[in-house]
Parts: sequence; C-alpha cells; structure tokens
Amino acid sequence: MPRHVAVIMDGNVRWARQRGLPSSAGHEAGVRSLRELVELCCRWGVKVLTVFAFSYDNWVEVEFLMKLFEKSIKSELEGFISEGIRISMIGDSSRLPKTLQELVSDAEDRTKNNSNFQLIVAVSYSGKYDVVQACKSIAQKVKDDVVRRDDIDKSLIEQELETSCTDYPYPGILIRTSRELRVSNFLLWQLAYTEFFFVQTLWPDFGKAEFVDALTSFQQRKRRYGRRDS
Amino acid sequence: MEKAVGSMLSQIFENLVCLIRKFIFCVLSVAPLPNHIAFIMDGNRRYAKKRGLMEGVGHKVGFLALISMLRCCHELGVRYVTVYAFSIDNFKRSPKEVQSLMELMQEKIDDLIKEESIVNRFGLRIYFIGNLKLLSEPVRLAAEKAMLATAKNSKAVLCICVAYTSTNEIVNAVKESIEEKWDEFCVLNASGAGYGLIKLGGSEGDEREQLIKLIDIEKHLYMAVAPEPDIIIRTSGEIRLSNFLLWQSAVCYLYSPSVLWPEVGFHHFLWAILNFQRNHSYLYKKWKQQ
Repeated sequence: MPRHVAVIMDGNVRWARQRGLPSSAGHEAGVRSLRELVELCCRWGVKVLTVFAFSYDNWVEVEFLMKLFEKSIKSELEGFISEGIRISMIGDSSRLPKTLQELVSDAEDRTKNNSNFQLIVAVSYSGKYDVVQACKSIAQKVKDDVVRRDDIDKSLIEQELETSCTDYPYPGILIRTSRELRVSNFLLWQLAYTEFFFVQTLWPDFGKAEFVDALTSFQQRKRRYGRRDS
Repeated sequence: MEKAVGSMLSQIFENLVCLIRKFIFCVLSVAPLPNHIAFIMDGNRRYAKKRGLMEGVGHKVGFLALISMLRCCHELGVRYVTVYAFSIDNFKRSPKEVQSLMELMQEKIDDLIKEESIVNRFGLRIYFIGNLKLLSEPVRLAAEKAMLATAKNSKAVLCICVAYTSTNEIVNAVKESIEEKWDEFCVLNASGAGYGLIKLGGSEGDEREQLIKLIDIEKHLYMAVAPEPDIIIRTSGEIRLSNFLLWQSAVCYLYSPSVLWPEVGFHHFLWAILNFQRNHSYLYKKWKQQ
C-alpha cells in the first residue's frame, strides 16, 4: 500500500456538462468523491493524501471554488478533529481571501497534532513555485549566515519545500482522472519516482472500484529506481 | 544478373517506403507539431532477456532504435530531441554493467561525430546534459569533444542526458543562482547600497522576494539550452518519470507505449504524434471555452 497518494481531481466541469448541470454541481459532486476517498484511505492504511484543487492557471472558477472550500472546511473540521485527521494546505495562500486564509490557518492549527491520517490540499500551488520559494528560504538563510553555500544539497531543499509538513513527502502513486496525460504543474520534485496512473473516469465518478484499480496497478509495478531487476 | 535485379528491387522498395513516410509526415504537418520530443529509452535489458541475448546486446540494438527515432524526428522537422541515456541512479548497478555502459557510450559518441554520421547529415548540435564530472575521464572527454565538433551544426539540437537526474539539476541550479546573487549582494553591500529596499521603506518580506526568482533558477538549469518538451515518450510501459525533466515536464504530454525501446519504430512514433495532436486540439478547445 503506498504511504502517500496524490490525486489531480480533474473532470468536475465536464461531468456537470454531460448531465446538463451547472459547473458548480460538478464541483460539489467532486467534494463528495473526495470525502469518499479520504474515508477509503483512512481505512486502508494510506497515511497521506495530497489533492490538487487548482493552481495559478485556473482562476476562472475561482470564486465558487473558494466558497466551496470554505464551506467544506467548516463542515468537516469537527469530523477531522475527532477522527485524528490532520489537514494541511500547500500553495500560495496570500492569493486567497483573508477570511479563508484565517479559516485554513485555524484548521491547520487545531489538527496539527493529529496523526492517524493527513490530508494535504494544494491550493494556488505549482511545483515550480514550491522549488522557487524553497530556494528563496535557502538564499535568505545563506544571507543570514545560518547555512553555508557549500551545504546546499538535496536534503536541504527537501526541508524547505512545502511538503515538509509531512513525514512522507514523496507520493508512491499519482492518480489523474479524466484521461489528461500530464502533470499540469502539480508536484514536481516530489514526483521523481512516483508511479502515474491516468484513468478515463471523471473525478465525480471516481470511487472505490477505481481506487482499487489504481492500487492494484501500483502493487503490480516493478519499481527499480534505476537499478536492475532482481 | 539475379543479384543486380534483387538489388534494384530492394532500392525501389526503399525509395517507395521513403516516399510514403514523406507523404505521411506531410499530412501530419497540417496539425500542430511538437517542437521538442524527449525519450526515456527504457527496455533494453528486458529486450535482451526476452530474446535470450547477452545484456550488452540490448543496449546496442537500443542505439539503433535511437538512430531510427532521430531519423523520424528529422523527417518531421522536430527541432529539439532529448534522450535519457544514463541516470545518476544507474551508477548503483553492478560495476561490470556500469563499465560496459560507459564503454558503449564512448564508442557510440565517437561514432556519432564521424563525418558521415547522421548527426552531421541532419545538422544536429549535441549537448551532453548532466553532472559530467561523475563520468569516467575518457567518456567525459569524448562528450566534450562531441559538443565541440558539433557546435557549428544548427538545424536541430540533440540533448543527451548522462549522469543526470532532475533533482541534481535543480540542486545545481539553486546553488548557482544563490552563488550569483551572493556575488551581487557582496558588491552592493560593499558599496553601501544593499538592496536598498529597507531604506526606502520596504519590508523584510519584499527583500526576500527579490532574492531569487523563477527566471534565476531556470537560466542555471542544464537544460536551459532547449525549450520545454512537448511530449515525453517512455517506452516499455512504465508510467513514471524516474527523475527525468521534472521541472521541464510541468505541462508536457506524457506518452507510455508498452513497446520495449529496441523495438520502437516508425509506427510508434506516428502514433505518439497523432495522440499529441489529438490532445493538443482538445486542450485548445478547453482553453477557448474558458
């Protein structure tokens, strides 16, 4: 079982259009899918789930998604606290409305000691932005004489990436729905050895059966990390 | 007499195949074409095992497959080709295998820069991308010689990733961009200017923002010699990047046919381009809807 599963939740709008519904209905159905996936992950021993809500490149549906995000945190927070689920957000939170920033900060604070399961929501996030902000932190530390230039290595960068909020920053599997065969600026550094699973299903239709397919595929793959087959 | 007829027929057949290929590429050119294709050449060892051959033979046949793909790219007019030849992770393999791969690489690099080779016929400029200091001396020298020998070629670019991983490339770029800014900072500090922002009423946060930007890192990447790839093709059915072009593949189309690298051919290439074009037109529609 992979310890960390990453998901690009794509297809909400297409799902809604196929049913003659407004795109908001697609996003709401998407939230239901996410809730189901969180439950399955908790039950099956996955420790971390990182989900890609949207990045810089998709501010068209922003207003509605912000409200939905706010509504979801408010309704799910007590449940997370009681079930030992930790919630974290990665991405450029400065672009979110102030009320949402405070809500997220509060949710992160209140769940930071939970250790059963961690849900990481990537909002206004891009893999390149993550590396650049890590680089900025390191540059500042070099300037402040906290770190020497010679000490800059792989593990220093890992510590400064936003995914350092978890003990398992490297997803074993990345699932992308709606058959888009690309990463779309989601995680970057962290996907070095991740197995990709692209599935035709649209996100609101992604459920237990599809998740089982993805996990089965993951378990059958031979991960060599550059070495030879045994 | 029969031999001459046979050879004539063979020539006619070859010309016909060539003509059909040209026609197919002509038709493909009606739709958007990729400017940069990257290949993860996976499956050489599995190919050798499948055919009961010695392991080294798989890599040799793999080299022929590379030439075949370079020919396809040249005929289609693809300006940039990148291949993942040897990862830093591959150094973990048995010393015997690493040694034989290094020897093969040196042999093939020397072949590539011969006057009559396709590299010169296609006008390919070669770059060796990676931490070349990790290579053995003869291979590193051969690589440097090849880069020098092809520096004047200007029709297309071939980036050969050796002793490469994307994370190593990024660490190096981060280090170099901080080094560059450090020198700038020292000069400014010495002249009493600093970044000047705090004196002007800027905050410490603003100063941090000025330290390093995306563009600073990008210009120090080994792959700064080429634009980002449009397609990454990984053969042998594995669907992962294995620390290849993580930075550059942010919005790139990933194609994973199950064919093993030594068996890759014209029709796989054609299929990859068609899929790219279909995906490209879908993305364009989606962008227009937004």
